[in-house]
Amino acid sequence: MGQGILLSGSNDIDFMIHGVFSYEIFGQTVWITTTHVCVLIVMLTIIGFGIAANRAIKHATEVPGTFQNIVEMIVEMLDGMVDSTMGKNGLKFRNYIGTIFIFILFSNISGLLGLRPPTADYGVTLPLGVMTFTLIHFNKFKHQKVSGVIKGLCDPWPIWAPINIIGDIAVPISLSLRLFANILSGTVMMALVYGLLSKIAIIWPAVLHVYFDLFSGAIQTYVFCMLTMTYVSDAIGEN
Amino acid sequence: MEIFNTNFILGCSAIGAGLAVIAGIGPGVGQGIAAGFAASAVGRNPGAKSDITSTMLLGQAVAETTGLYGLLIAMLLLFVKPLLP
Repeated sequence: MGQGILLSGSNDIDFMIHGVFSYEIFGQTVWITTTHVCVLIVMLTIIGFGIAANRAIKHATEVPGTFQNIVEMIVEMLDGMVDSTMGKNGLKFRNYIGTIFIFILFSNISGLLGLRPPTADYGVTLPLGVMTFTLIHFNKFKHQKVSGVIKGLCDPWPIWAPINIIGDIAVPISLSLRLFANILSGTVMMALVYGLLSKIAIIWPAVLHVYFDLFSGAIQTYVFCMLTMTYVSDAIGEN
Repeated sequence: MEIFNTNFILGCSAIGAGLAVIAGIGPGVGQGIAAGFAASAVGRNPGAKSDITSTMLLGQAVAETTGLYGLLIAMLLLFVKPLLP
């Protein structure tokens, strides 16, 4: 375990996930990897921000200060995004969408701080996709009842059902692979720049960081949340 | 002569990785078409610029997925090396 084990920009081409230490449980060797450490750092950052925001809102003043303004702006932006996409169903999903938006955004832009982005690990993005999948099908069964779900499966004709099932299963896989591959490609590109051009990679990679970490990360966060909201409001249906 | 040795498999994996990222052509063309239509839409209706931009970015990010699958295959071939015995 070297000094720069958490860094994506060390001196050789190095963007793989490293094991930090391992332990035995039920006869299996389980590794604590770079991803765990980076997720922990991201979560601690978000929790700290959350506690600070909670304190600021509890002692809210009539004329909001700077921090209170920022918190209100973020919440208003997220709520507006959910409401404009999901309409009247949006009220129940504000918390969930806001949470995953902030988590994915912080994970994606953590590459700026020299961490290896946690979302560049398929073990982080697949659970996010599975959560969306669970949400879609829970709401489908809740709002369309079993008869509606069966009718949706046999959409044009009953013979179409296997293809519809494959289409349903493809949703979380494509959602998670899209996020994973985008962030991984950014991480690999930055590692190549720092590894191959280490002598002349001074200051100008900042431009690449802005594109790969900030722009691409923000766009992919937006796309993930947007697609989740579209699928869920599709599952809820019209009634 | 033993030809199916490790180096041969690694070399073929590198060629395969190079071929796999040809998949990037499709999303490139698609994103260009989307951006072109978005530009013409803004020309016709400049008031809806922010809506058009967000729709365009969403569509482009979804269209990008197929190219990223190619990249993923290349990554697997180069770094996970599934073909090695």
